[in-house]
Amino acid sequence: MTILLYDGSFDGLFTAIFEVFEYKFKDVEIISRERFHQENIFAEIHEVITQEAKSERVLNKLEENIGKSGIHELVKVFLSEEPDLEQIILSAVKQSIQYPKENILQNYADQDILRIAKICKSVSRERHRMTAFVRFEKMQDEVFFAKIDPDFNVLPLIRKHFKDRYQDQKWMIYDLRRNYGLLYDLKTCDFFYPEEKIDLNKYQQKFHDEEKNYQTLWQRYFFKTNIVERKNLKLHIQHVPKRYWKYLTEKNW
Amino acid sequence: MNFDRLKEKLEILADAAKYDVSCSSSGGSRKNKKGALGDSSASGICHTYTEDGRCVSLLKVLLTNHCIYDCAYCVSRSSNDIKRAAFTVEEVVDLTINFYRRNYIEGLFLSSGIFKNADTTMERLVRVAKKLRLEENFNGYIHLKSIPGASDLLMQEAALYADRLSINIEIPTESGLKLLAPEKNREDMLNPMKYIQSGITQYKEEKKIFRKVPKFAPAGQSTQMIVGATNENDLQIIKVADHFYKNYNLKRVYYSGYVPVLEDTRLPALTTAVPMLRENRLYQSDWLMRFYGFKADEILDPHMPFLDLEVDPKLSWALRHLDQFPINLQSADYQMILRIPGIGVKTAKKIVSARRFQVLTIENLQKLGAAVNRAKYFIDFNAGNVFLRHLTDLNLKKLLIGGSTSKFQDQFSQQLTLF
Ligand code: SF4
Repeated sequence: MTILLYDGSFDGLFTAIFEVFEYKFKDVEIISRERFHQENIFAEIHEVITQEAKSERVLNKLEENIGKSGIHELVKVFLSEEPDLEQIILSAVKQSIQYPKENILQNYADQDILRIAKICKSVSRERHRMTAFVRFEKMQDEVFFAKIDPDFNVLPLIRKHFKDRYQDQKWMIYDLRRNYGLLYDLKTCDFFYPEEKIDLNKYQQKFHDEEKNYQTLWQRYFFKTNIVERKNLKLHIQHVPKRYWKYLTEKNW
Repeated sequence: MNFDRLKEKLEILADAAKYDVSCSSSGGSRKNKKGALGDSSASGICHTYTEDGRCVSLLKVLLTNHCIYDCAYCVSRSSNDIKRAAFTVEEVVDLTINFYRRNYIEGLFLSSGIFKNADTTMERLVRVAKKLRLEENFNGYIHLKSIPGASDLLMQEAALYADRLSINIEIPTESGLKLLAPEKNREDMLNPMKYIQSGITQYKEEKKIFRKVPKFAPAGQSTQMIVGATNENDLQIIKVADHFYKNYNLKRVYYSGYVPVLEDTRLPALTTAVPMLRENRLYQSDWLMRFYGFKADEILDPHMPFLDLEVDPKLSWALRHLDQFPINLQSADYQMILRIPGIGVKTAKKIVSARRFQVLTIENLQKLGAAVNRAKYFIDFNAGNVFLRHLTDLNLKKLLIGGSTSKFQDQFSQQLTLF
């Protein structure tokens, strides 16, 4: 049994996968260094040094077999933060190398492939929800700021959506759980990784003067557009699960 | 801007607009120009849901609830004693932009009571859209409710700035409309729709030749019918919808279970429940027509003019056509797989993909997302299927209702995955 340790990055993972083939490792496990606790004392440890060239070779080969959309699915699995994501991705790559003519991601009867489909569905749903449930609040410095706390690491997946949509206002979306964010300053739209957690104390005091007014208008609108005779809270909660409520302006008044 | 007054107007004019169900923002595809605000995604986004479970994707308000007409089913009718209000053009624009900037909405759905006459009202609606597009550089979604009787010229202008236009038919039958809205006539509603439809067709033609023709109502037209205010049957309703889909290229027909809001001898009593299950069944039928290849006549016939409230219309069709089953998953064509109860569009596609790799079993089917508790009675696996002996069973329907109450019994919404 060989354990390949990598740096937790996407390229690192695909470097590791390259080396599984390169060194013809048979019985392997790929683990990110951060999550590694030595339990299996009989395993050989193989340290992977991330090399873009290696990772690209795997990805190019894969793209020939399963297309851009296939790669995108594997990216989603990667962002899902599932504990065994490396294993499932490795399994998909192996199958794809074995059957290069088929899009193996459609072989839903295979256990790993079905998992991939399931994970992609959950990640996509979370991605979609984030495009819907992000609530910007206008700050004194005219930046529209939003806090999120998604179950999966979807910030990279929503970048383009918000970049296309809000080009004439500065905005920032900040992932509270993973402590990093996206910032658009009217020119570029990049990730940022603060040294310390952003201080959310006194946050509301930094609101732009007009912010509270528009929040109130939105809350009143939300209340008034409801039809009491058709009340169906069960359905409501199904669409807007409670874990999102604390970040939704219309739910906090 | 006077905030308190604005808040009061918003409350009145959102309240008055809430019975209009067409809130979807799908079908828009206005790409952001560099440096501007907004971009509509083709699939639409629901930004939140009301406590009644309906999606909120647009700021849906009336420009005013003053109205010269007196339609019996409408809260804004002139004889109803309610608070009246009117937004200025600037106020609607300001609300739309500021809600959009905070990611509350995908755009605006603007409708209005009729003040003075059709053209004056329509002109004001168009002015809002125009200001949003030209002055605010707004590329979000705009849906304008056209005013029956508005002139072609105004309709054309509306179509240049709005993504979608709609006129609500409201009452499915002409006789019903006569009874409840005597001042309105069907022709006034149909003419603007015809005008827009031919405009859209022309736009598509011109677009083939010149790439840069201005957009013309790119998300198409829709309409809404109130269900249960008069006593039309479901077959009539589906036929009307089918007629609109075929002859007016409508994108959507919405069905709105009548909410009794007014005391009137021509209308159901105030205590009447909202016909939500019936509304849900109509949406299911609508899906069958739009995505499953069913014809209106297949869903209902004159001997059976009402939808079965116990089972969904697809299952109901299957139960009436047992001779078409069982269906073999390995060999049947996609269209027929779509007709198996418990199998939706996505699952049907997955089946067609996965069967190239291996022979499918009932376990596979479950994992592919089918509602196997229903599907199993209608499928002939290559290896045989013990449940098939029930296919000729007189109690098949009972068996199925027992095994599949979960989704439909308590979920009365319209815009969901329905099968
Ligand atoms: S014309 Fe429209 S707003 Fe006026 S009463 Fe009739 S339905 Fe209501």
